[in-house]
Amino acid sequence: MKSLKFAAGFLCIAAPALAETPVLDVLTYDSFVSEWGPGPAIEKAFEAECGCDLRFTPAGDGAALLARLQLEGAKTTADVVLGLDTNLTAAARATGLFAPHGQTPALTLPVAFDDAEFLPYDWGWFAFVHNKSLTAPTDFKALAASDLKIVIQDPRSSTPGLGLLMWVKAAYGDDAAQIWTDLADNIVTVTPGWSEAYGMFLEGEADLVLSYTTSPAYHLIAEEDDSKTAAVFTEGNYMQVEVMGKLKSTDQNDLADKFLAFMLSDAAQSVLPTTNWMYPAKTPAEGLPKGFETLVQPSKSLLLSADEAEAARPAALDEWRAALAR
Amino acid sequence: MARRAGALIAAGLAFLTLGPVGIVMMQAGEGALSSADYAALRFTVLQAALSALLSVACAAPLARALARRRFPGRGVLIAALGAPFLLPVLVAVLGLLAIFGRAGVVNGALRGLALPEVSIFGLGGVLLAHVFLNMPLATRMILQGWQAIPAERLRLAQSLGFRPADHWRHIERPMLRDVVPGALLAVFAICLSSFAVVLVLGGGPSATTIELAIYQAVRFEFDLPRAAMLALLQVTVCGGAVAVAAWMTAPGGFGAGLDRALELHPPRGWRRLADAGVILLAAAFLAGPLVAVLLRGLPGLMALPHAVWPALMTSLLVAVLAAPLAVGSALALALGRAQGTRWLEPAAMLPMAGSQLVLGTGLFLMIFPFASPAAVAVPVTVLVTAIMALPFAYRMLAPEARALVADYGRLAGSLNLRGMAALRLLVIPRLRRPLGFSLGLTAALAVGDLGVIALFATEDGATLPLVISRLMGSYRMTQAAGAALLLVICAFGLFWICDRWGRGGTED
Amino acid sequence: MAELRIEQLVLQQDDFRLTADWSAPAGRRIAVIGPSGAGKSTLLNALAGFFPAASGRVLWDGQDISRLAPGDRPLSMLFQDQNLFPHLTVAQNIGLGLDPSLRRVDAARVEAVMARVGLSGLGGRKPAQLSGGQQSRVALARALLRSRPILLLDEPFAALGPALKAEMLALVAETTADALVLMVTHDPGDARQFADETVLVAEGLVHPPRDTAALFADPPPALAAYLGRA
Repeated sequence: MKSLKFAAGFLCIAAPALAETPVLDVLTYDSFVSEWGPGPAIEKAFEAECGCDLRFTPAGDGAALLARLQLEGAKTTADVVLGLDTNLTAAARATGLFAPHGQTPALTLPVAFDDAEFLPYDWGWFAFVHNKSLTAPTDFKALAASDLKIVIQDPRSSTPGLGLLMWVKAAYGDDAAQIWTDLADNIVTVTPGWSEAYGMFLEGEADLVLSYTTSPAYHLIAEEDDSKTAAVFTEGNYMQVEVMGKLKSTDQNDLADKFLAFMLSDAAQSVLPTTNWMYPAKTPAEGLPKGFETLVQPSKSLLLSADEAEAARPAALDEWRAALAR
Repeated sequence: MARRAGALIAAGLAFLTLGPVGIVMMQAGEGALSSADYAALRFTVLQAALSALLSVACAAPLARALARRRFPGRGVLIAALGAPFLLPVLVAVLGLLAIFGRAGVVNGALRGLALPEVSIFGLGGVLLAHVFLNMPLATRMILQGWQAIPAERLRLAQSLGFRPADHWRHIERPMLRDVVPGALLAVFAICLSSFAVVLVLGGGPSATTIELAIYQAVRFEFDLPRAAMLALLQVTVCGGAVAVAAWMTAPGGFGAGLDRALELHPPRGWRRLADAGVILLAAAFLAGPLVAVLLRGLPGLMALPHAVWPALMTSLLVAVLAAPLAVGSALALALGRAQGTRWLEPAAMLPMAGSQLVLGTGLFLMIFPFASPAAVAVPVTVLVTAIMALPFAYRMLAPEARALVADYGRLAGSLNLRGMAALRLLVIPRLRRPLGFSLGLTAALAVGDLGVIALFATEDGATLPLVISRLMGSYRMTQAAGAALLLVICAFGLFWICDRWGRGGTED
Repeated sequence: MAELRIEQLVLQQDDFRLTADWSAPAGRRIAVIGPSGAGKSTLLNALAGFFPAASGRVLWDGQDISRLAPGDRPLSMLFQDQNLFPHLTVAQNIGLGLDPSLRRVDAARVEAVMARVGLSGLGGRKPAQLSGGQQSRVALARALLRSRPILLLDEPFAALGPALKAEMLALVAETTADALVLMVTHDPGDARQFADETVLVAEGLVHPPRDTAALFADPPPALAAYLGRA
């Protein structure tokens, strides 16, 4: 009886491998696959047309994703990695695990984007989110001079935190250290991830929180609450571009290509704004969901290239640490 | 038998905690420690030591008041002491912020009185949170010491007309010498690897712990040998603390009693008022954030997403499997140590200082070449949860196991009472109180632990803490708070059932 | 007839040293007497397996028992205190003598032995609800049920009054006629009442047993000093 059960269990595990249906493994971050993320809708739509089994493997947040890939190395069973941002793509490229995607989609990013291995699927502007009742500063200097309290994320453990580090670097270059020194008394605390910071902001612990210009869309669309907005900075707002890439070791090369193309199709792109709460990388034909037109639009977009970001990171981190470690 | 089982378990434990560190260390990378790491080490040790001292300094008077006073609600308060410790850290922090934060009750009152506001962020906030989380645990540990003093000794003290000062000198001080080092050690070790509390409340990069440096090494630099070096540094500090605690511990040597009931004659006068004050203060300090957690969670509790239920089942399954594993192993180690195998103690404390991240990463590297990490997610989670919870169970069991062996070891030996019979007739009945408490504690910890599951997670085998983290990551803070409340209710329910069994349904 | 043989036994701890080399047959009742700290309890603990010998052997009926676990040795021991488990009932405490797992305990035999030591009807009580004399009887009843050929008494009745103690000693004598009994005492009266022979423990040596009456009639200097007759 026991061995029967064991055999049945074994078959359940082994069955997909024996079946005819090809399996596409996508390594991604946690919130992508959750019931509230884009994962379920995208899985359903892609499986309807590919005749395959699309499987997401969640691996923590964006930074954990890269660490996970490095842990698995060339032995990885994943075919596609989805969810790195441009501040991490240089390190990802350096693993030598990624294959060129060979696609030339017509992207609608506010900046030119060209990368042989990594394809963007969505993007957003980093911004300080606040209640509409607050008159927000319009640049870092004004923010630093004010008494306003902000919560930010640690660049050593979170992608928005790293994004802010790059934002200040991109906007101020060698003066970045001074900006951080001036900001020090505005920073209530530095959280390990985005969730803690955003949660503390909603609890009233800070006047502003580092998030995205698209964050107010969540409150507006999902909660019918229009009290939140984001601050546009005159230096420009730094962008987060989320990318995906195909692994060299994939045994489903065609399927992986198909998936990358699918992610940039209207079917997938129209899912992203109200699940990932980011802008689609290629605006679908029907446009953006209702409510997105209310979002603030920075007039200037900042983005360091992957190599610039990788090169600037160590020194920027030291500057940041020295300025805030009073 | 306990000695052999203990030695086996200790060897397994050493392999499972140090093996992953070794594997991680063998990966490619620089592995050098920087001056920032030593600054992190200093801060880590400072905050852990202060947290331990403060927690125990608050716990001792509370435990004394609870031990010698009887009042309505005493049983509820003692049970509730288990609650803060088993809150998921972030939930506890948000609860504390609701009371002590910028928009919290305390600052609201201060503003109302036109007084300057206090900031929770910085070292003070870290200590406040650590005291909130760990003082109740220390109280339970010390209370156990008080309750383990045989009634015969107290009767003797009463008959000799001991005054409070004499009582302190002959009864309480020796008892504290026995249990306080263990309590200090437990809190120190917990705070040593504290990560989220320090990061959220620390206020900035000056409050960097070793655990954060490990996180950074694994996640951003992918310098695994450096992570392993830092993990070893952490283990070394904890090893030093274990040695200091062992050196400070002086067995109380109260001998055995006959489990007589004794009418207490607690001191009257100002001491009565002081005890009442201590109890009220502690109850208010602990209840405030807990009530805040309750209030934050109630709205979300009505609208929980479906994903919560299978995740709750997974979490409960992990708890039901991991708790007996942890407590059983801890019991074998504690009995083996009590019978004289000294090296079992550091082995039992090892996981407390171990870095979860390094442990998870190492296990991942060990398993990945042979099996899909997702396929072994539940067994690995059970194992890791049991390993991480074991030191707490060990600390609760060790003093009483020592007393058991000292008081009844000879008698049991002379009667050939051993093996399962000894477990059933001697060990479980005599150690029921710490067994129930540690079983409840580890089960509750297992429900609330995010731990390494993240590395091994699958699309649908998520645990409840993982679902909460996903909800928060998708802006759904209200639902996350509701799910967190559900988690707290379940964790506390498990704890309460086990603790209730341990206390045998009595007032104590 | 079986005999207890103590061969070149050396007990050592720090600067304490005790040697013994003698034998005694089954059925004999022997008092162990000597100054405080001379090592009377240590001797009994060594025989029972709680104190490791530095060298030498202990044999019973020709078999070396020095390496056996305490519970496997052909003896029962009553300690100065801690003879009972406070959380178990009287009947359970006694039942441990039949089966340490309490699974195959013959209730009738427990009842019978309780009657024999005068504890009828008290089987359901916990030790804390008994008088000192009754507690001693429980411990003795259990030793009787174990029916080992050697009984070691480490002053288990020291806390009882003279009349009660005499009663207990008589009960032991009556119920353990076939056993070799070694009883630590510091009261010469106990030795005279109870023991055919007496062993003197003094100055690092366990003297061989001698007839009790003869020993006290003509005490060696160490015993004379202890008895205050120097």
